[in-house]
Amino acid sequence: MLDRINKAQNMIETACKKLGKQINIMEVCGTHTVSIFRNGIRTILPDNLKLLSGPGCPVCVTDQSYIDNVLQIADNKDCLIATYGDMIRVPGKGGSLETKQTTANVKIVLSSEDALQLAKDNPDKTVVFIAVGFETTTPATAVAIKEAHADSVDNFCVLSGHKLVVPAMKALVSTKNDHIDAFLCPGHVSVIIGYNSYKEIVEDYGRPCVVAGFEPIQIIEGLAEICRQLADGKTKLESVYSAVVTAEGNTIAQKIIEECFEPADGYWRGLGEIEKSTLKIKDKYSKFDALKRFDITETPVEDTSGCQCGEVLCGLIDPPQCKLFGKTCTINTPIGPCMVSSEGACAAWYKYSLKEKP
Amino acid sequence: MCLAIPARIVELEGDKAVVDAMGNRWKAKTTLLPEVKLGDLVLIHAGFAISTIDEEEAKKTWQLIAEINDFNETQNKISG
Repeated sequence: MLDRINKAQNMIETACKKLGKQINIMEVCGTHTVSIFRNGIRTILPDNLKLLSGPGCPVCVTDQSYIDNVLQIADNKDCLIATYGDMIRVPGKGGSLETKQTTANVKIVLSSEDALQLAKDNPDKTVVFIAVGFETTTPATAVAIKEAHADSVDNFCVLSGHKLVVPAMKALVSTKNDHIDAFLCPGHVSVIIGYNSYKEIVEDYGRPCVVAGFEPIQIIEGLAEICRQLADGKTKLESVYSAVVTAEGNTIAQKIIEECFEPADGYWRGLGEIEKSTLKIKDKYSKFDALKRFDITETPVEDTSGCQCGEVLCGLIDPPQCKLFGKTCTINTPIGPCMVSSEGACAAWYKYSLKEKP
Repeated sequence: MCLAIPARIVELEGDKAVVDAMGNRWKAKTTLLPEVKLGDLVLIHAGFAISTIDEEEAKKTWQLIAEINDFNETQNKISG
């Protein structure tokens, strides 16, 4: 193991020396962010290699308008909100799901199947499943919608906050942040979409895309492969996580997503509206679409808290550069979702900031 | 949130399975991976098996999950 680490570290150092300029690699996965901080990976990198924590945590990228819509639905006494635990503390208009728990019906679920079961067990309530997540999580929602349709569970519906990783990466290199040199791509999202999905970023935008697992050695080897490609001036698609990630991904899961959802333009925190980047429920299943059931239109809201999570997510600033970080926004009193979520860049930075180089 | 957990299929009937990871057992579905058999190691995310995985890779991920849980517990302690 030590041999592999040394080899990868040497490769990184040699490549960065050869490049002789600042290199920025963005990870697009909350689990990578936590593993990088937890294992002190930033501290062993050369000074001219900087890691940016991109839009890889589903809770963090969820637009404020979505959170406000959830809280508005929660005020309806006939509704029961079924949510993954990650969303419970995210603040919005009038509080959070956590603070509303005393007056609203809110249940934490571990899967879409549990949400559907809640609907079957509570026929007098409309169960609204708060469906956030990238492509890893979407198939589970799609299966629940299909089952609700087949079993006529008409008191079940889904507020889709599902998002697609690749359009966000494209948006970042197109307009928001042209100083991103390469992407370390998410492991388990890639299990579903396959590493060929990043082909366009590599071929049309000239950015290396390397898929890595979550173990420290896999992350370091992924970074080494990226640095080697940059130093050689040869950009290509690569997976150092071949144990579970294939070129095509899980095609059955992809088909189930396609059956229930279609890509639509949608809002991301910090990145604004991105073309065909969110998933809306297809007309065939529209009676399970919470947007239609509650007649909600998605309009972006302005965040007046001063929170700079949006700039953090685009890699434009590091968390300590946010004027709220460590002052009014802490792990005890989180203001933005990147501090609320255990996978958020601000939370990871807050916990490990003393060990990090500035 | 996109982390999938390796687990072994210990019961299987149709697409309904019971899986085991590090002694913890829970229900999962194999709808997205119809070819799996009893005893297979799979990655589970949000109640669904999404990929098969080999023993060595599963062990590495279990180790990582234990570390992340430590991280989260420490965070929870900080936030009281």
